[in-house]
This record gives sequence, C-alpha cells and structure tokens, in this order.
Amino acid sequence: MPELMLPWLELSILIPLIGSLLVRFPRDRDLARKWCIVICSLALTCTVGEWIDFARMATFEAHDHWDALASIFHANLLVIDELNAPLLPLISLLFLLTVISTLRTKLNRFSLSGTLFYQAVLLATFSCRASWLLIALLIIGAIPPWFEMKYRRDESTRVYSIHMIAFAICMVLGYWLLPAGAEADPEQPRSTTLIAGALLTLGALLRNGIFPLHCWMTDLFQRATLGTALLHVLPMTGAYAVMRLVLPIAPSWALQSIAVLSLITAVYAAGRGLVETDGRKFFCYLLLSNSSLVLVGLELVTSIGLTGALCLWLSVGLSLGGLGLTLRCIEARIGRINLTHFHGLHEHTPKLAGLFLLTGLGAIGFPGTIGFIGTELLVEGAVGVYPVIGIAVVIAATINGIAIMQVYFRVFAGRSITTSIPFTAKPSERFAVVVLALLIIGGGLYPQPGISSRHHAAEALLEHRGVNKTESHHDGKHSQSAASEVQSDSGSMNNAETTTDLNETNQSQSADDPTRADRQLNESE
Amino acid sequence: MNTDLILQFAGGVTVVSPALLLLVLGMIPLVGIRIGERLTAFMTQVSVLTGLVGSVTVLILMLVTDQRNVPIELGDWVAIEPDGFHFHLKFVFDRLSVPFTIMTFVLCGTVGAFTRVYLHRDAGYQRFFLFYAVFYLGMIVSTLAGTIETLFFGWELVGLSSALLIAFFQDRPSPVRNGLRVWIVYRIADAAFLIAALLLHHLTGAGDFEGLMGSGPWPEGVANIAGSPALIIGLLLLVAAAGKSGMVPFSGWLPRAMEGPTPSSAVFYGALSIHLGTYLLLRVSPLLDVSLPLQIAVIAMGVVTAIFGAMTSRVQTDVKTALGFASLTQVGIITVEIGLGLRYLALIHIIGHALLRTLQLLRAPSLLKDYFSLEDAIGGGLPTSKSSVGVQGTSSAGRWLYRICNERGYLDAALYRLIANPIVGLFQFAGRVEDRWTQFLSGNKSPRLSQTQVEPSAASELSRGTSEMVEDLR
Repeated sequence: MPELMLPWLELSILIPLIGSLLVRFPRDRDLARKWCIVICSLALTCTVGEWIDFARMATFEAHDHWDALASIFHANLLVIDELNAPLLPLISLLFLLTVISTLRTKLNRFSLSGTLFYQAVLLATFSCRASWLLIALLIIGAIPPWFEMKYRRDESTRVYSIHMIAFAICMVLGYWLLPAGAEADPEQPRSTTLIAGALLTLGALLRNGIFPLHCWMTDLFQRATLGTALLHVLPMTGAYAVMRLVLPIAPSWALQSIAVLSLITAVYAAGRGLVETDGRKFFCYLLLSNSSLVLVGLELVTSIGLTGALCLWLSVGLSLGGLGLTLRCIEARIGRINLTHFHGLHEHTPKLAGLFLLTGLGAIGFPGTIGFIGTELLVEGAVGVYPVIGIAVVIAATINGIAIMQVYFRVFAGRSITTSIPFTAKPSERFAVVVLALLIIGGGLYPQPGISSRHHAAEALLEHRGVNKTESHHDGKHSQSAASEVQSDSGSMNNAETTTDLNETNQSQSADDPTRADRQLNESE
Repeated sequence: MNTDLILQFAGGVTVVSPALLLLVLGMIPLVGIRIGERLTAFMTQVSVLTGLVGSVTVLILMLVTDQRNVPIELGDWVAIEPDGFHFHLKFVFDRLSVPFTIMTFVLCGTVGAFTRVYLHRDAGYQRFFLFYAVFYLGMIVSTLAGTIETLFFGWELVGLSSALLIAFFQDRPSPVRNGLRVWIVYRIADAAFLIAALLLHHLTGAGDFEGLMGSGPWPEGVANIAGSPALIIGLLLLVAAAGKSGMVPFSGWLPRAMEGPTPSSAVFYGALSIHLGTYLLLRVSPLLDVSLPLQIAVIAMGVVTAIFGAMTSRVQTDVKTALGFASLTQVGIITVEIGLGLRYLALIHIIGHALLRTLQLLRAPSLLKDYFSLEDAIGGGLPTSKSSVGVQGTSSAGRWLYRICNERGYLDAALYRLIANPIVGLFQFAGRVEDRWTQFLSGNKSPRLSQTQVEPSAASELSRGTSEMVEDLR
C-alpha cells in the first residue's frame, strides 16, 4: 500500500490525545483554551496535510510513513482513503471552530480536555480500517457525552445509555456472530449471517438516530452542552459505520430497508423540525433529516447517488456545523432559544444572522452554496433508482427550507430589542463566521474539484463492488439492475476492506484481511 | 473583432454584471467593511447600466445580423463525464429572453434609483440593496437561462430575496410572518419545479431547453416528448408558475407581499417576479402544443385567476393590495393568452403591463400624500367617484360575493384547513408522543435546562407564542 510522506494519521490522533492531558494543567481556563486552540490547529494542519499528501499520490488509499501501529500489529490499522480523506479535515475544522467560538463565560461548562480526547477518538474512528477496532472506537466515542451528562452536568443519562448500550451490544454481538465467509454471498445468507447482519444494521441505525430510534439524540441535545452534542452527532459516525461494516455484507433487502427507513426519518425529522419550539431540538431534527438524506444516497449504490451522498456528507457537516455554532453563539447571549416568540437579534448580531441564513441555506442545498450540487446529484440518483424516493428527498428539503427560514425569522426578526450588554460578534466568532462563509460560498461557486473527488471515490467504491458503470447511470431500470448486481457481486468483497482496499484484488484481500485474521485468531483461541 | 465575439462579450457582460454586484455587496460586509449609501447606489447603477448596455448591444447585433438565437456558453459549472452529468451554464438570447432582460434592467434601474432616495438614512439601506442584488441576479439568470437547471438557480434566488424583502421591516412581527408565508408558497412552487426539472432531465437526457423544446428558435420549437409525460411535467410547471405568480389557489400571498417597502413591492409583485411564472410557461410553451389537456389546464387557470383578481381588486381598501390584485388579473389574462398559443401577444402584454404597474406602484405613496394634502386644503373628504363599490343596496348574492372577494376567496383558509392544519397537527402529535416516550425512558427526569430563559410565570406568553408560531406555519 502506498505511504504518505509523514505519519500524518498517527500525528493527527496523537496531538489531541496528548493535548487533552496538557490542557488540564493550567488553572487559568482562558490559557487552557488558548492551548486548546493551538492543539486543534495542529491537528487540523495534520489532517489537511494528510489530505494534500494523499491527493498528490493519486491513489485510492494510503497509510502512514513510519507507521508504528502497523509494525506493532502487523496490519494497516490506520488508513486514509478517498472516503475519509476530506472527512478528517472536516472533523478537525469543526473541533477547532467549536473551541474558538467558545466564550470565556462558558469555559467552566465545556470540557476542553474531554473535547480533545473525543477529537482523538473520532479521528481514529474515521481513520480505522480494522472492523474490531472500529467497533471498539465507536463504543469509546459514545462515552464522552455520557460522562459529561453524568458527572459534569448531573443530568439523567438513561435515554442515552439505553440506546448506546443497545448499540454496543448489537455491534459486538453482530460482529461476533458474523461468520468468516459472510461476505462470500450476501444474497444467500446463512441464518447466522442474517442475524449478524441484522444486528449490525440495527446498531448502525441506532447510532445514526434512525426513526423511531432517534430519541437519544433529542435527549442528548437537551441535556449535554451544545458543543458536545454537536461534535458527537455532526460527523455522522453512524453513516461511517454503515459504510465500513454493513455495506459489505448486507443483502439487497437490508440496504433497501436502510434506505427506506432513512427516507422516512428524513421526512419525519423535517416535519418535526418545522413545528419544534425549542432551538436545540429544532437543530437536532434538522441534522437528523439531513444525515438521513446522506444515508439514503449511500444506499442507492449508483455512481450519481453515491457521489451526491458523499458531497452532501461534507456540505452537511460544514453547513450544519456552522449553523450549530451560530446557535451556540446565540445561546451564549440569550440562553436556550425558545422559538415560540420573536427575539429580534438581527440589529445586534448581523454577522451571526448572515451566517445563520447562509449555513441554513447551505444545508438545504440552496443554489450558490456548497450543498447545491450535492443535493442535485442525490435527487438525480434517487430518481434514477426509485422515483418516489427522489420526490420524497425533494419534499424533505422543501420542509427543511421552510423550517430554517422560520427559525431565522424567529431568532433574528420580529421585534426590536435593547440590551445593556453588547451582543456583537467577538473576534473569535467573526473568524469562525468568515471561515465558514468562505467555505460554504467558495464550495458553492467552484464545486468541480470537490465533486470530482467525491465522484472518484464513489466510482472506486462501486468498481470494487463490481457494479457495471454503464448500468449505474441515468436509466432507472438499469440503475436498479445495477443495484441488484451490486448485491450479487459484492460477495467477492472482503468484510473489513470493502470500501478501502480497492487497489488490491479480491484474492489478495482475503489473504491480507486483518479482520478475518483476527476473527480466525479469536476462533482458535 | 468579429460579430460573434462581440455578441459573446456583450452577453457575458449582461450576466456577469449582476453577479459581480452581488459578490461585492455580499462579501465586503463579511470582512467588516461598511459601504456608504452613495457607493452602494453608485455600484448598483453602474451594474444595471453595464448590463443594460450589454443586453441592448446583443439586441442590436441580433437585429443587424438577423440572428434569432444567440447562445452564450460559459462551460460546465460541474461535469461528471463518465456519468454524463453536466450542470451546463448556458444562457440564451432570443426573442423571448432579450425583451424580458432589457425590461428587467430598466425596471431594476428605475427602482434602484427610486430606492436611493426612498430609503435614504433607513437603517436597512444596505440590507435592501443586498437583497435587491440577489433578486436582480436571480431575474437575469432566470430570464436568460438556457437550461432548466440554470433557470431553477435564478428562480430560487428570486424566491429568497422576495421573502427577505417582504420581511424587510423586521422589527415588527407582521412583515416577518408575511415573509414566511410567501416563502412557504415559494418553496412549494420550487419543489414542483425541481421535480418537473428532474423528470424532464430523465426523459430527454439533458436539461437543455434546445434538447427539450426542439432546435427551432422560440417560439417555433417542437417538444420532443410524448403527450402523457408532457402533461405531468406541464402540470408540475403550472403549479410552480402559479406559486410564483400568485395565481389561484396561491393568491393569498400577494397582499401579504405588499408589507415590504414600496420599491420592492413595485418591482417584484407589480412587475417582475409576478410575471416570472408566466415567463416560465412561455419558455416551455412548446410543451403545451403536445398536450391538449395541459393547454386546457393553463387556460382554465388563467381564466379563474383573471376573474378572481378582477373581482377581488375591486373591493380592496388598500391601494397596494388593490394594485396587486389588479396585476393578478392581467397575469391571468396573460396565462390565457399563453394557453391559446398567442405567445407574442403574451410577451408584449407582460412588458406593457410590467412597465405600467411599476409606475403605478411607485406613484402610489405620493398619490396618497397628494390626496391627503387636497383633503387638508379643502377641509374635508374628497368626493367619491361613481366607480366606488358599495355594499348598501346590493342584493344578497352581491353581498355574499362582496364578502368572498373581501376575504380573498377564502383561499388561504382553505389551504390552511386542507393542507397545513393536518400536516402541522400530525407532527405536533408525533412530538407529544415522542416527549412522553423520552420521559418514560428517562424515568420522568426532565432536563434541567439551566440556561433556559422561559419563565414558568410566562406560561400565558408561551402559549400565545406557540399559537402564533403554529399560525405562521398554517
């Protein structure tokens, strides 16, 4: 496997991990925040570096130079590929902007150390190729929000715990039950494969907050700090788990059921967001709706649909990340946002108002923003396979658009207010506003490089699954047959390396597969 | 320099000038620089004049060289070659788009100049011009669009700017609520448009109007699709056009749109955006030739809208609303003309009506002032004209008709009752179920909500606010 110039992946994980220990030392929380910003900036530099380094190699995947983990475990545990390459900088950017936009008054509530630890876990999760490690990291990733709710905020964690324990059990049990040859013929699964696949699917859906298993998300947004909730949900680890764990072994019906459930969630969450009267819950539903749309695209298994979903993944992360941070900045001024009456903040915070509108419109794929082409591609792909799904995607986006404008008016207009303290954006917030605005508008006005990159990733993923490209294009029937062919042909794929190891033959995958080796080791033990 | 090159350059200038204005007005405040009123107005005027010169140059060259169709290819904005996906940026200057574009520049320029004085020292001066630039770009892009995706791009910009400008006086709840309601109708229209565009794309393999409507220059193109799909797509586009132009049953937003400042009311709802729906129907008019039921639907929509607008405008007591419904009458007649295949007549009608109505709406505030001045001068009310509508002495049927028209046909109420209420009610019910379920799972431990500003004593306010919000959604 090709190597990067530097151990970017390991560095990007190690820096925040060490940083999480360092920021505990200073008693001056403002100083700790400054350290935290530096550490997040370094992590972002590493992830951007690995992305640039990876891009110049023109390959589908690569791993670190001087890969210490590989030499210890004799397996490429941390790998960058076209799927996760842009996601890693996105995650780092979200963490950096979250820390930057944390005001001094909130430092006592927001754990800098915990945030950095969580960043390290997330970056490791999104870099991980070995299924067992991925599952372990996904479970570890569920702990920081729980810890914050339980010990820092003294909130009830029952809803969150019930769902996350169920998620952990499903993932562990599902993977444990999965027979070694499960990926050989996903269309004719054995009963154990069926059970294991169902459990893994259920686990991934739980983590993604699919209807009706989404209550933990609204509960999390109600009980945790907004920053933690944002960072926990925004990267869409559930979708990542689906891509890595479920897709390789899932039979057609499972993929179709995920797509249908995702679509129901998208429309339902959009509708709930429309009538929601609490700012945080509104955001949660909006995020849920959009992340479900991403999942719809991922399950279409057509080149256009998959490209749209991968584009949307980035645009939603960026746009809704910006929207969430805007809400957080507003909360820092007026407390929890009650949407039952007008707040009229525009006069005092015009920049935040602009960012709210821009990010909100970006999230619904408004023309000229980063989400536009992604949404177009997703709808196009969906119409090609299932016309009803395409129309439902449009309906979900329409409802989300109405909800966003409604909340914009509720928060920023409707009355004139006078305040005794200035509400204007702080320099750090202005920095976040400018960065996000430039990315959202820049990505919208010049989308070709991003689209090409995502399309290349989608093509490679499909190629690996054996989809005949000519059949995955516009024609609906062809696409459908391609989709079914995907399922039948995916038998040759390797469980752990489905979406990563595209350059190797199926034979070599079987030989090199660390997952299978681990499983066999476990079995022998 | 040959003619083609000049055409390409002039066409490019026509499109780029509004885009540049939006970029400048949008990006400069982002980096913390505040532009003064004079500079804002100056840049706007320069942009409008540049675009106008560009479009007039194209017109002159088209007349001189006897060209009826001048495509301006800006290349692919996005292309995925292996899948044949292209978002092609193509603009077309033809007999439909050129007059409409020149009219847009003239009216935008007029209204821009009017606004410079009208909103002088208003706190929202810069905001108005920013939204105005969004609208201006949206109109030019929609008008000149050579592909349905490009038209959708401009269409959305027009919708957004409309909603934001209706809510321009944002320190009061009423304009904001009305802005939201208009946005809701626009989103429904946009959804219909998007679905139609996608179906069209799938049927013809491209969003290019040439591929769709045949290679002949407008209005002589022949649609390349069969009658049944043409009917479905045509009906979706008719819904989109009805939403954008405020035709029945979406007419309810028109008086609400008049909450915005007079310049925006004049240019949007009197002249330009209200005609955008009819422009769309004109652009896809070859579709009508393929399907007789579609043609009938368009005519029926036009007739109903014209009658409704005529009757309703007669009983309105607010000058802007009366003018708005009068515009609707003309839009209905224009739609009938399109349905009957009288395309040039419809185009001329649009241009004449838009210019006249803009003048009327811009004059309306000063007319009222003059009216009051005259009343003050003579020390009493001015004599009413014979055309004034009165209820007294009319028959029972007349009174009912008056009431129906006064309530604008109860169209809003019908939409709320039949569509909005069930949807809102369903999701509110789902929310209550969800809350109970979450409460049950958490052992009835509610979140502490330490930062919440909602005070228990403000329960009545909360209740009122919730009902207001639900009312907004309806």
